[in-house]
Amino acid sequence: MSTARAETARRPPRLNWRIRLRRDKSLLLMTVPAVVLLLAFNYLPLFGLATAFQDYDPLVGVWHSDWVGFDQFRQLFADPLFWESMKNTLYLSFVQLILFFPIPIALAILLNSVLSERLRNFIQSVVYLPHFFSWVLTITIFQQMLGGAGALNLFLRQHNMGVWDIMTNPHTFALLVTGQAVWKEAGWGIIVFLAALAGINNELYEAAAADGAGRFRRMWHITLPSLRGVVVLMLVLRLGNALSVGFEQFLIQRVAVGHDSADVLDTFSFYYGIATGNYSYGAAAGLFKSVISLLLIWGANRLAHAFGEDGLYRK
Amino acid sequence: MTNTLTIGRKGRERSATAPVPRRRAGSARPPWQEPPTTVGQAAKGLTLGGMLAVVLVPLWIIVVTSLSTPGAINRAGGLVVWPDGLTTEAYREMLNDPTVRTSLLVSLAITAIGTAVSMAVSVLCAYGLSRPRSLGHRFILVLLVITMFINGGLIPTFLVVTGLGGYDQWWALILPGCVSVFNILILRSFYSDTSAELIDAARMDGAGDWRILWSVVLPTSRAVTAVIALFYAVGYWNSFFNVMLYMPTDSEKWPLQYVLLTYVNRGVGLPGSINAGFGNTHAQTAPLSLQMAVVVLTLVPLLIVYPFVQKHFRTGVLTGAIKG
Repeated sequence: MSTARAETARRPPRLNWRIRLRRDKSLLLMTVPAVVLLLAFNYLPLFGLATAFQDYDPLVGVWHSDWVGFDQFRQLFADPLFWESMKNTLYLSFVQLILFFPIPIALAILLNSVLSERLRNFIQSVVYLPHFFSWVLTITIFQQMLGGAGALNLFLRQHNMGVWDIMTNPHTFALLVTGQAVWKEAGWGIIVFLAALAGINNELYEAAAADGAGRFRRMWHITLPSLRGVVVLMLVLRLGNALSVGFEQFLIQRVAVGHDSADVLDTFSFYYGIATGNYSYGAAAGLFKSVISLLLIWGANRLAHAFGEDGLYRK
Repeated sequence: MTNTLTIGRKGRERSATAPVPRRRAGSARPPWQEPPTTVGQAAKGLTLGGMLAVVLVPLWIIVVTSLSTPGAINRAGGLVVWPDGLTTEAYREMLNDPTVRTSLLVSLAITAIGTAVSMAVSVLCAYGLSRPRSLGHRFILVLLVITMFINGGLIPTFLVVTGLGGYDQWWALILPGCVSVFNILILRSFYSDTSAELIDAARMDGAGDWRILWSVVLPTSRAVTAVIALFYAVGYWNSFFNVMLYMPTDSEKWPLQYVLLTYVNRGVGLPGSINAGFGNTHAQTAPLSLQMAVVVLTLVPLLIVYPFVQKHFRTGVLTGAIKG
């Protein structure tokens, strides 16, 4: 921001827009494909949200469908299945926040303390890998390892220790999906924290050590405060996405554990919107989710500012 | 001639030095740090070893099982941990299966075409927005960033794509998600950092913006280009939900991930060439080694490309732009 202000101060008198257009026409032309695609597939659907206030009929389209006002929402808020998926979303999001969020931070601090650069690089390249796996692949791997016929239960059966079926148990589903999320994304999550750790001035540690601070006091007084900004930013992003807990992950496993524990808001709009052809109903659920998410981002950002951090943007 | 040479060298220097400061050179323990305790070292070793094991052990088991003979799988009672009779039979079987073969081609085509389209659109847009004080770039930037927070959601997007005639069309698997604003912002922040002197020098030599992008900016930002291309490619390779949305349920256009979901995850039998003589206990389900071979097949392209790109993750390609 400060550089922009410095530029303004030095900026030559504003040129006529026609001259600027001629100067920058290739630059503008370059942005055209991206802008057109975003207009078509991101902005045009915003008008499609109108279907949430209609009784949309695919045969006549948005222009000729009947307007029903808030009827879809009234029906939605009276639907126990909707509240169930809302409850699942919030519960799963909460479990992930508690169990997932601290892990990349701890692992980054741990990894940063490894002295050998080659070992550090090797560990990083291995733990980043699952981030690039698809959810289909991730869940297949979990199924092969922990499923009824998987490696774990094979071992248990061969040693007469019974069967522990994790993959289809609705009661432990929250832990299972959090475990999957940790396996797939926690390694990748350390990348931001490692960068923040690499930016800490080593002289701080040296001075603290000279003053007699042990390794835990140095971690408490230097390492953790230096990570604060990044942690708050990540928390804001996490809270803003609290209602999106991993669509494909649940879609794939819904068959195995049943809809009462695997339906979240996103799968709700898919199953009761697209799959049943009840588009307006699904669109209403989607719109409700978007509005709440936007409020969450705004609220989390306000919170970050209240703590004196930047959050998503500066105050 | 000398001029272009300097540009080249300067460019390489820039991509080699990371925006994130690296830790102090060497692996030596700094003198002020106390020596580690045995318990601490053991706990650290166990945690790091565990991290590696949870990723590598499942992959090992899957690869070994895919290469095992039916006898070895029978003796193990399922997945094989220690190699005990190896064969590439499952891979030959798999590559002869028409369903797998078609889906592999579909996946490769979607990934190649999609990545090319995404990269072209993103690189152009990122450069178009990266020059300070150009006409309208702030407005376009805001237009882009808004889509990161506000979108129509699943159903309106579905209605737009099908309304534009996308049902059962290849482009429905590529175009709707082909622009990632996040990736454009990462590229843009790198292009903005390209030395203004280099660009001014090129402009003095009469180069236009297209020429500057191609001969100055792109060669000096190879690392970030590689990383973003990997992101896009992985996205296309891994996608399966858009297939569920836009492709008929019984289609020749299924990509590999969808085949993996149907025949391995859900255990439906492959409609193709599976024969019973393969130690097949369940009549319809494909033999385990074949299933694991399909899993490995979805991994192979990633494992080929990953080593070349992953070293750039460390040089701060991503982290520099997170706050952008």
